[in-house]
Amino acid sequence: MAKVLMKGNEAIAEAALRAGSRFYSGYPITPQTEILEYLSWRMPEVGGEVVQTESELSGINMLLGAASAGARAFTSTSGPGFSLMQEGLSYIVAADLPLVVINVMREGSGLGNIGASQGDYWQMTRGGGHGDYRMIVLAPANVQESANLISDAFDLAEKYMHPVLIASDAAIGQMVEGVELPEFKDHDINKFDFAVRGCKKGDRPRSIQNIYFLDDQYEDHLREKYATITKNEQRWESLYVDDADIVLVAYGISSRMCKEAVRAARDQGIKLGLIRLITLWPFPENAFKEVNPNVLGYLTVEMSTLGQIADDVRLATQCNKPVSSFGSMMALPESDGIIEKALEMMKEARQ
Amino acid sequence: MAKTEIICAGFGGQGVLVTGLIIANAAMEDDKEILWYPSYGVEMRGGTANCNVKISDEEIASPFVKEADIVIALNEASVTKFEPRVKPGGYLFVNSSTVKHRDYRDDIHVYEIPASDIAYESENPRGTNVVVLGALAKTTGLFDPDYLRESIDSFFLKKGKNNPKNAVCFNKGAEYFD
Repeated sequence: MAKVLMKGNEAIAEAALRAGSRFYSGYPITPQTEILEYLSWRMPEVGGEVVQTESELSGINMLLGAASAGARAFTSTSGPGFSLMQEGLSYIVAADLPLVVINVMREGSGLGNIGASQGDYWQMTRGGGHGDYRMIVLAPANVQESANLISDAFDLAEKYMHPVLIASDAAIGQMVEGVELPEFKDHDINKFDFAVRGCKKGDRPRSIQNIYFLDDQYEDHLREKYATITKNEQRWESLYVDDADIVLVAYGISSRMCKEAVRAARDQGIKLGLIRLITLWPFPENAFKEVNPNVLGYLTVEMSTLGQIADDVRLATQCNKPVSSFGSMMALPESDGIIEKALEMMKEARQ
Repeated sequence: MAKTEIICAGFGGQGVLVTGLIIANAAMEDDKEILWYPSYGVEMRGGTANCNVKISDEEIASPFVKEADIVIALNEASVTKFEPRVKPGGYLFVNSSTVKHRDYRDDIHVYEIPASDIAYESENPRGTNVVVLGALAKTTGLFDPDYLRESIDSFFLKKGKNNPKNAVCFNKGAEYFD
């Protein structure tokens, strides 16, 4: 199929339809409103439903209803709206329901600003709402990957009966690149034996629960589910890690700058490597097993003031190497700055 | 050029965002890596809009353009804002129908063209940007003029719009710098 020009936001919306989704409920917020705007005309063309709800609260809860009925349902939002969805997500996890939520990150906390940022890593990977849970988080780094990952997100959601998050950002959502759209897939809303859609006489009644005290095996089920996801679903891309002196760790828009930095550094004989996270949770711990055992340290590069990935790198490496972080919540890290910071780390490590 | 960075700027409604998309589309269909990025901050109707386009033989990292090889400026404010950001030896295209002549930097190539007047005379009032694209193809070598003219037509055809006057505007833009 030939490439077409699309914004990251539009590509993710179109690819969701092609993955068989026919239900979207959500509320506009910059920098992801193109998703809702695109779906508002495109969804009816494929026979689906779009509801622009009065708030993110009802948007996420309508999704709970649609997923309960067996639909491939999704929504999209950004920072402040994503916070409003946390209660709903906590209930959706408790009900073991498969659906997809796209968070096109912007600057925060609070109202913040509408520019690109990557400050929701902790919120997305740690749970975000109340209770004892985490969700699978997939992070695209370009428009093509945005289109590809939404289909995977639905598959993973249904495989594990668990919501899946897409961690995009304003830069990837707003940029136009060439994209090869995936083929159309059908989704049969009646294929699940969990789905509730009215009980005919003689059928066994079904129900969607989000209370835990009715099933004394439930905790074992949860342990098993999270362990299996952690074992099977780590995804990443590595670049030159086997001989690197410093390995950069990044995802999304920052990982593109890291790739540029690694190539520029290698041209100058500076041995940088890169682990690009594709799953943020489960964190790709296995990626670190392939790294040069004599690596001098890890540098996380992210659009964050606090450096949110760094703790996960320390855990994955059992704190056996220095870990630093580089970035700003407001400004995209530049490759020159990344190389400079890496050289600093090398110097310190060798002293 | 192995890597070209372009800024298109002007009033909202002058087609500056579409100009960027036309360039990106032409480059994509020529098997280049492309990236288009809009300014999407607090903008208002009648205010200044701009977009960045990057064209490269290799993977593109950042969506942002700091210094441009080519700036297309369709209004006064855009000239003022983006002339300083043209790389030395780069190109600045100015719509002289709306921008009065001024002294420009002498280390860049400046092409002033009454693009809006040419578009009006060609009975294609929304073709200002296509006139400039003709001039751009003629002077920069970024695209073969015949290739870009056909690419513009196919770009609009894909959107269900067939406007033969675009080719007229394009040619007039190219001929202006014969």
